[in-house]
Amino acid sequence: MRPEDLDNELVVDGPTTFPVDRRDFVKLTASGLLIFFTVDPASALQEGERQPAGRPGYPADVNAYLHIGPDGRVTCFAGKIEMGQGPMTALPQLLAEELDVALGSVDIVLGDTDLCPWDMGTFGSLTIRQFGPVLRQAAAEARAVLLQLAAERLGVHVEALAVKAGVVTATADPKKTVTYAQLTEGRRIERKLEGKPVLKTPKTFTVIGSSPLRRDAIEKVTGRAKYAGDIVPPGGVLHARILRPPAHGATLAQVDTSAAEKIAGVKVVRDGDMVAVLHEHRDVADKALGLVRAEWTRHDPPVDDKTIYDHFLKTAPAGNAVAGAGSVEAGEKLVAEVIDRTYYDSYVAHAPIEPHTAVAAVENGKVTIWAGTQTPFPVKNQVMQALKLPADKVRVITPFVGGGFGGKSATRQGVEAARLAMLTGKPVRVVFSREEEFFYDTFRPAALIRIRAGIDASKAMALWDYKVYCAGERGAAQFYNVANHRTVVTGGWSGSSGDLHPFAIGPWRAPGASSNAFARESHVDVLAAKAGVDPVDFRLRNLTDARMTRVLNTAARKFGWSPKAAPSSRGVGVACGIDADTYVALMAEVAVDKASGHVQVKRVVCAQDMGLVVNPEGALQQIEGSITMGLGYTLTEEMHFKGGEVLDRNFDTYELPRFSSLPRIEAVLIDAQDAPAHGGGEPAIVPVGAVVANAIFDAIGARLERMPMTPARIKEALAKK
Amino acid sequence: MRLVSFTLNGKPTRLTVDEDRPLLWVLRDDLGLTGTKFGCGEAVCGACTVVVNNEAVRSCATRIGDVEGRRVLTIEGLATGDTLHPLQQAFARHLAFQCGYCTPGLIMGAYAALLKNPKATRAEIVKDLDAHLCRCGTHVRVLQAIEEAAPAMKGVAR
Repeated sequence: MRPEDLDNELVVDGPTTFPVDRRDFVKLTASGLLIFFTVDPASALQEGERQPAGRPGYPADVNAYLHIGPDGRVTCFAGKIEMGQGPMTALPQLLAEELDVALGSVDIVLGDTDLCPWDMGTFGSLTIRQFGPVLRQAAAEARAVLLQLAAERLGVHVEALAVKAGVVTATADPKKTVTYAQLTEGRRIERKLEGKPVLKTPKTFTVIGSSPLRRDAIEKVTGRAKYAGDIVPPGGVLHARILRPPAHGATLAQVDTSAAEKIAGVKVVRDGDMVAVLHEHRDVADKALGLVRAEWTRHDPPVDDKTIYDHFLKTAPAGNAVAGAGSVEAGEKLVAEVIDRTYYDSYVAHAPIEPHTAVAAVENGKVTIWAGTQTPFPVKNQVMQALKLPADKVRVITPFVGGGFGGKSATRQGVEAARLAMLTGKPVRVVFSREEEFFYDTFRPAALIRIRAGIDASKAMALWDYKVYCAGERGAAQFYNVANHRTVVTGGWSGSSGDLHPFAIGPWRAPGASSNAFARESHVDVLAAKAGVDPVDFRLRNLTDARMTRVLNTAARKFGWSPKAAPSSRGVGVACGIDADTYVALMAEVAVDKASGHVQVKRVVCAQDMGLVVNPEGALQQIEGSITMGLGYTLTEEMHFKGGEVLDRNFDTYELPRFSSLPRIEAVLIDAQDAPAHGGGEPAIVPVGAVVANAIFDAIGARLERMPMTPARIKEALAKK
Repeated sequence: MRLVSFTLNGKPTRLTVDEDRPLLWVLRDDLGLTGTKFGCGEAVCGACTVVVNNEAVRSCATRIGDVEGRRVLTIEGLATGDTLHPLQQAFARHLAFQCGYCTPGLIMGAYAALLKNPKATRAEIVKDLDAHLCRCGTHVRVLQAIEEAAPAMKGVAR
């Protein structure tokens, strides 16, 4: 493995690194008692049925997830991390609901590999929809065990007991009570349950479906919230700046660190390919790095942000058909005209405001890494591999993470900090500069999507031939009624630098799905315009999926959509998407300044069916955030590069959405509480590009086939009209 | 190295430092005030915003020597004892944050903006805060929170 590829090596070897055995766990939580029981993780997952093939399961031992202290406080343990999406608040809601304890009595520990049950990482909108059922099951079983114990203590049948806020009461004799804390105090309990307790149903929910104040609110508005870079281990910490290549693929030919070494207090470390300067002050380390003279041998691939699409067409492997029915040839005979268009998307950075950060300290041969990461357990494995350490000598702790969006699934700085801490014998802090942050981003890949489609004499979609390069499978398959269709995917959204991409690419909020939605929903609008039919009406005519029809109608009502074929000069648009089992319909209104090419999105309406909503306010936050963030890839964000050189190095050239970009946002959550909880962190970002593209077409009669839809591209499209 | 004297969150502070060092890293590394965040290092994201003599400044691009004799206010100094500043209360109540990393800078930027213009319109707030980046997309709630806090703050300095 080249050091270059470290961050792409998402090592997944599953629960083998589950950190502690029972005895250790008891020691760690010695202040309280543990309830031991077993749960079949497969059955816990049945509700969602989403345990992806090949991914290891969660620990079967339910005590890994919760602990009841002698004071009655309950600690919830989860391998997830808090990067803004709110699991720190929503997971305790799930636990409190099923355990029947007061929400305020629940504490939560996240992302600590010594304390929390193994987890692959926080991504894919999986925390509530996949881990949620596991946690609820654990809490329900704990409650069942506690009720059995209470029945013995109070001398009544389990059926004659009620429990509220951790207090068990005999229903026939309310004077007979015992608390969970009294039941567990001073004893260690190991008991197997007979049968599986049934999870609560929505009608009886008191905590799920509510929106308590987020647990991180006070810490985050006071500056007390600790992120990885705020951690200072005992004995202080050295800032490390690491020498980086000027371009991906470059190799170090020569280096001279003598000038840096002359600065008082600066330590220089050379270890293999790594050259680092360290100092207790960040700014001095910065200065020292600037004095390091290095010569590099470049191995740049002959591509840039303009030629990359031709490169994809020439080098992409044969695709895989991921969806299809009927035959494309039969479809071609049914349509009057095959409308053949190609859509393009650009490389986009994650650009979290907190750069990748890690602090590492070594004590008695054990290295502890505080990392800003979405994947603490894989980081632990990476450190174990890199430093050849056994599992019990590596601990990863995840403080608050300052934004991830998929980009902190790659955590090269974790290994780097650990290596440097081992080499120097001192705690070390690695905080990426903004330039490093852009350089080592695992970008959302540029993509090219060709669609050949058409309508028959009844204006129904009769042909859909879809081939996507480099956006991957997520969201590629269409969901309209087309008898003859085919979806072919070549090139995924994740991978290290190689033949297709000059640098690493990786998961970016709903990986690839926004590129696919942009192409699909744009092309559906092209067909609608060809048919002379209103784009909402056209979609409804070509849909039978009840959930999609419902979100579309709901959005139309909220928006006040009045049907008219596009372009109507009103600047309104619609787009739909399915992601993480959640259905989304967006409608938007835009104003386009034809002279400057500037697009102002004035209003976005979202209707979302995400099944059971655990925390409605949190769900709305995710919708608002997704729409706002989505305006970036839609209108301004595009990473420029030449060969292996990343040309955007800070926010002066890479333009994120700002306050002045903000539309009015209105969201409606569909009432679907009886369905399982689906994903919430990503789905609403998926159709943002498409809805804006369709609204722009409606406004100016010119179709943008490439994102971001910059002023220059708007003017170009107008000129071609 | 020289002696720099200034007021930090209401307390007289004296440091012997290289006067060219950025205020951001002196606050974080030397004084342990980690509420002020590093985001870009070039004054283009707003995460490191603090208030010096009632003006919002980017601490990553401010020399420690330049705060000599001045009043520096950071997120840690905004609350009065246990009572949160109206902006902090409103940011919490409106959930005007997600990851929270840009939040201290935004709150300090909003504080300075409202000191100057206690009855700022939404358009004025947008203009004042447009140089602050928030990647999570909490903008709509941030604006709501500032609008709610403005009347309670009445443009009065902490």
